[in-house]
Amino acid sequence: MLSFIFRRLGLLIPTFFGITLLTFGLIRMIPGDPVEVMVGERTLDPQMHADAMHRLGLDKPLYAQYVDYIGNLLHGNLGESLVTKTSVWTEFKTLFPATLELALAAMAFAVVFGLLAGVIAAIKRGSIFDHGVMGISLTGFSMPIFWWGLILIMFFSVKLGWTPVSGRLDLAFDITPRTGFMLIDTWLAEAADPSANAGAFKDALMHLILPAIVLGTIPLAVIARMTRSSMLEVLREDYVRTARAKGLSPARVIFVHTLRNALIPVLTVIGLQVGTLMGGAVLTETIFSWPGIGKWLIDAISRRDYPVVQNGILIVATLVIITNFLVDILYGVANPRIRHAK
Amino acid sequence: MSLLEIKNLSVEFGSEKNPFRAVEGLDLSVNQGEIVGIVGESGSGKSVTMMAMMGLLEGQGRIVADTLQFDGKNLLTISARERRKIVGKDIAMIFQDPMTSLNPSYTVGYQIMEVLKIHQGLRGAALKQRALELMEMVEIPAAASRLNAYPHQLSGGMSQRVVIAMAIACNPKLLIADEPTTALDVTIQAQIMDLLVNLQKSQNMALIMITHDLAVVAEVAHKVAVMYAGQVAEMAKVPGIFRTPTHPYTEALLKSIPEHSKGAHRLSTLPGIVPGQYDRPSGCLLSPRCPYVQDKCKAQRPGLTAIDGGVVRCHYPITAKEA
Repeated sequence: MLSFIFRRLGLLIPTFFGITLLTFGLIRMIPGDPVEVMVGERTLDPQMHADAMHRLGLDKPLYAQYVDYIGNLLHGNLGESLVTKTSVWTEFKTLFPATLELALAAMAFAVVFGLLAGVIAAIKRGSIFDHGVMGISLTGFSMPIFWWGLILIMFFSVKLGWTPVSGRLDLAFDITPRTGFMLIDTWLAEAADPSANAGAFKDALMHLILPAIVLGTIPLAVIARMTRSSMLEVLREDYVRTARAKGLSPARVIFVHTLRNALIPVLTVIGLQVGTLMGGAVLTETIFSWPGIGKWLIDAISRRDYPVVQNGILIVATLVIITNFLVDILYGVANPRIRHAK
Repeated sequence: MSLLEIKNLSVEFGSEKNPFRAVEGLDLSVNQGEIVGIVGESGSGKSVTMMAMMGLLEGQGRIVADTLQFDGKNLLTISARERRKIVGKDIAMIFQDPMTSLNPSYTVGYQIMEVLKIHQGLRGAALKQRALELMEMVEIPAAASRLNAYPHQLSGGMSQRVVIAMAIACNPKLLIADEPTTALDVTIQAQIMDLLVNLQKSQNMALIMITHDLAVVAEVAHKVAVMYAGQVAEMAKVPGIFRTPTHPYTEALLKSIPEHSKGAHRLSTLPGIVPGQYDRPSGCLLSPRCPYVQDKCKAQRPGLTAIDGGVVRCHYPITAKEA
């Protein structure tokens, strides 16, 4: 198991290297530079522009800038925002819990309903339920997130008035952030001072539901389809027949003998969805004005805030990689044939 | 009364309108402690019969029979829950490919103990003790250390021993071995066969042995049913059936054993294949391939007739003097 982990870790180095090259290159391909964007429409004295670029170290040749960037990274220095002058790490730390909370809620929604729908569809193969689930999940998978988000807002928030339109919490509440997770913070606040903060938890929950559904829709569809096909495959295996020949109950055959094996490919897919989730968070957070990483990065790109874009994406990518790595380890736990491979 | 009594069993697959009969009018009875061999080509309905009996065809095949009785219980009318109390406990089955018959995600110990937990309610130390005992009974060396092994860490022969241990865990009255040695190499085949026969004797189980291997059947079985295209062609006692086969198909099977063609340039074969869904002849199912075919055979399907302690499905059974 340990050598398995080390082998997987070794593969990470080239991945990180590739990410730094990509973010460094791509953000510089966008026309305009941070100074021009800050100045805006006003005419800019070429000398002042050059001075400003020199101060920011952006007048050096690209390779030198890249070497500086990597050098700083290796020293654990993620730099500071060109605009706010706060360190990238601090900004990230403040905003990340919001994204994490949203992503976890979306993932919980997707995993619970995706597995359930996939398993039932596989057992009831060819039934109306099966066709229904597969049809809906194909629709869900092909739906543009921003459109889906707007439709839900228009229906549930505007027409029915069930959920708030945007943000994480009603402005009427003043909650001290302790964990950064609004659900936990409001719950703690309500417990500490029930009179002042009555209803805060419910309000936070209502704010979370719609974005979580929007963000979770694509992973839900992918997980449901993957679970179904994987279940169908495993149901045909000889060992499932053996399990039934042992006189086990259908529930035991399905959940102990089939699902356990069917989950192996589903786990990988769930892991890969973390990447989709981060991409989706950018759109979802923008639609719902959710103050998280996605919105932060979008703003940074439009300001050409090079350090924020480069290192923000690097941090996000690292998280995705770590998640996939954890999934790989889980994969080993779930599949003894991999765990024991030499 | 016999332990297992099957009368006029048919199993159909496919749509109601356009069904495929995998098994047609099958009769079979097995007494306690008896070894019955079922032989026949691939696709003759051997396995399907047994799977139908055990209720493993759920939702796929339609099962019709006059009688389907095991140990006094009518398997046609009992609920699925009742059936599950019998299957795996009183009737157990061993499958063809041991490498795929075990769940790769669980240790072999877990898979053996699972049966004991479900059917006998064993727990804790007694459970582990019994699992070890079973593994020793099927002659798995270093059983204690193998308890925590995963199926992929075992060889084919070892896996089959585990499958057998699982099957005999609750002292079944009837053990069905569906080509238990086909996927194993020759030396292991003999070991597994010996093991099965020894267990049959020591546990006094009835044993149904589905196989292609006539030699094995000749050695161990008390009775043989020869199946062709979903029907029993002939059922008779051993060794009579080997000395004086009455059905042309049985005769052809015996002739095709390589040892019988010693010195010949070519092995003896029965030309043609088992008829499929759409090319079943209207007369005797063997008529297109039968070397002794007559006009009546092409026109009319023969029923089973009693002959010399067994049954045969042929208009013109081979008599002793012809053979």
